[in-house]
Amino acid sequence: MALLTKKDASLILDPLTDNNPITIQVLGICSALAITAELKASIVMAISVIFVMALGNVVISLMRNIIPSKIRIIVQLIVVATLVIIVDQVLKAYQFELSKTLGAFIGLIITNCIIMGRFEAFALANGPWKSFLDGIGNALGYGVILIIVGFFRELLGSGTLLGFPVLGDPILKTGLYATGYENNGFMIIPPAALIVVGLIIWVQRSRNPALVEEN
Amino acid sequence: MHDLKMKYKGKKMAPAFNAFHTFLFAPNETTHSGSHVRGADDLKRTMNTVIMALVPILIFSMFNAGYQHYSALNGFPENFSVLEHFITWDNFWIGIIKVLPLVAISYGIGLLVEFIFAVIKGHEVEEGYLVTGMLVPLIVPVDTPLWMLSVAVVFGVVIGKEVFGGTGMNILNPALTIRAFLFFAYPTWMSGDKVWVYEARERSEQILAGADNVDAISGETVLGYLAQNNEAAMAAKYSISDMFFGFIPGSVGETSAFLCLLGGLFLIFSKIASWRIMVSAVIGSLVMGLMFNQVVELGWVGETSKFYGLMSFDFWKHLIVGGLAFGIVYMATDPVTGSQTNKGKWIYGFLIGFLSVMIRVFNPAYPEGVFLAILLMNVFAPTIDHYVIQGNVKRRMKRLKNAVVLPRDSDAAAKELKAETV
Repeated sequence: MALLTKKDASLILDPLTDNNPITIQVLGICSALAITAELKASIVMAISVIFVMALGNVVISLMRNIIPSKIRIIVQLIVVATLVIIVDQVLKAYQFELSKTLGAFIGLIITNCIIMGRFEAFALANGPWKSFLDGIGNALGYGVILIIVGFFRELLGSGTLLGFPVLGDPILKTGLYATGYENNGFMIIPPAALIVVGLIIWVQRSRNPALVEEN
Repeated sequence: MHDLKMKYKGKKMAPAFNAFHTFLFAPNETTHSGSHVRGADDLKRTMNTVIMALVPILIFSMFNAGYQHYSALNGFPENFSVLEHFITWDNFWIGIIKVLPLVAISYGIGLLVEFIFAVIKGHEVEEGYLVTGMLVPLIVPVDTPLWMLSVAVVFGVVIGKEVFGGTGMNILNPALTIRAFLFFAYPTWMSGDKVWVYEARERSEQILAGADNVDAISGETVLGYLAQNNEAAMAAKYSISDMFFGFIPGSVGETSAFLCLLGGLFLIFSKIASWRIMVSAVIGSLVMGLMFNQVVELGWVGETSKFYGLMSFDFWKHLIVGGLAFGIVYMATDPVTGSQTNKGKWIYGFLIGFLSVMIRVFNPAYPEGVFLAILLMNVFAPTIDHYVIQGNVKRRMKRLKNAVVLPRDSDAAAKELKAETV
């Protein structure tokens, strides 16, 4: 990769796998449980977080030398809040139905621990380009898990993907439903996301035993 | 068999094979001589005793499946006699085609999962599933599709047990995990008045589809009637002895409080299950039932309230309807997921009974709550034990402080005493 040095590339790639914010650091679980009942909502949430995090990291990184450390949390909050409001307004303008489903959770991106965590841990100590990559990487890591969870929950819970009935019609009993298959109502409720995330963590750790903590 | 076992030793399949071997024979690795005291009640024996206590219920439930089916078709017999109307080949046949497959699937899928995990982890297959596999078919509605049961069993064994490390390490009762999964995943198959009787659901679907040569049949449970404030209809259909002996619709094996009572006594006398949990759970449910009765008597809840039917239900009758008796005897007493300390068992059991009746009355979706109450208390059991043990430690520390340390009043003596007391 000519565009990125090896170190820069690892800023993006590490959070996708071995340093994933959800499965390894177990941050940002709240929104992962709440909005992943549909794949579309997961994707939109992922994109929103990528936007907020990449820009937020850059802004904080640019200001890092002039922010007084006593009030840095407030400054960070203002930066996130501004970006989140932009996302919220854009969604309301162009995707009104979806913004209703996501409801408060777009606003709650402000409190997403991954974002504040990266501001504190990375953007305050690194230059804008690196912070940008770090933001993209971590948000992608978050988004990937969201999309995997959303995929399984929508497929098993509603029998659809992005709203398309891939398994047939449950009322007219076509496709898979003709054989007596039924949607799994458990997958619709948030605890199912906890279990799906748990299974992802399980798979990841059994593939890479180095991730298992000693106790 | 033993030669085969030696042949497979060290191979990947060894655990799976050993499981069969120890199931059929006593393993020859046990000590044969010397000063070891060997108890006869190993894990396998314990499990088998519970299964023995469950067999009468299974047989009863097979007859009851048929009895409920034909009664829903032809009306309940006028002069009911057990021999004439209950123990018949027709009834038994329905039991064979509906109940036995549930048992077979439950064991087949569950043991398959256990074997797979045993082979992956490379240790022996555990006996824990023997009881779970028998409990599961007894706590689901008779018309549960077999594939649904399979999915639930895989979920229950993997998430409820294997992720925690297998038998003895699980926090939640696996059988109830399976039941809870079914309840949340497929609620339409788990509640209402169509699922408790064989064919009722199928027929209502045919009628919806336009068939006019079939009669609709349904069997509402006692609690179902009460939840709809329809006590008169319930009382006309089921007498108290029906409820006690179990000639009522419900999940496959939960209906007979009488057989649960016998099974419970058997488990108490064979010292497999804890009588403390059973007694305190009964007390707990009676107390809660009495409180609700009292509330109704005081006039705080009028007949128009949607809770009236269940709240005014005589407190002692709560024990003989629904799954309360079955849950108390076979589920709450699970030694792995329940409390371990004696005082803890009293608290644990009491709260199970108490919460079961409370959830039963207030649950808006489904007039039953035994499985939810037991799962909830499973989660709290370690906490209860912790506080019981801490309380004990504190009391003994106090006793130590007040104790007069006699002659050798050196620090060593105090330390020695402390070591003994704690």
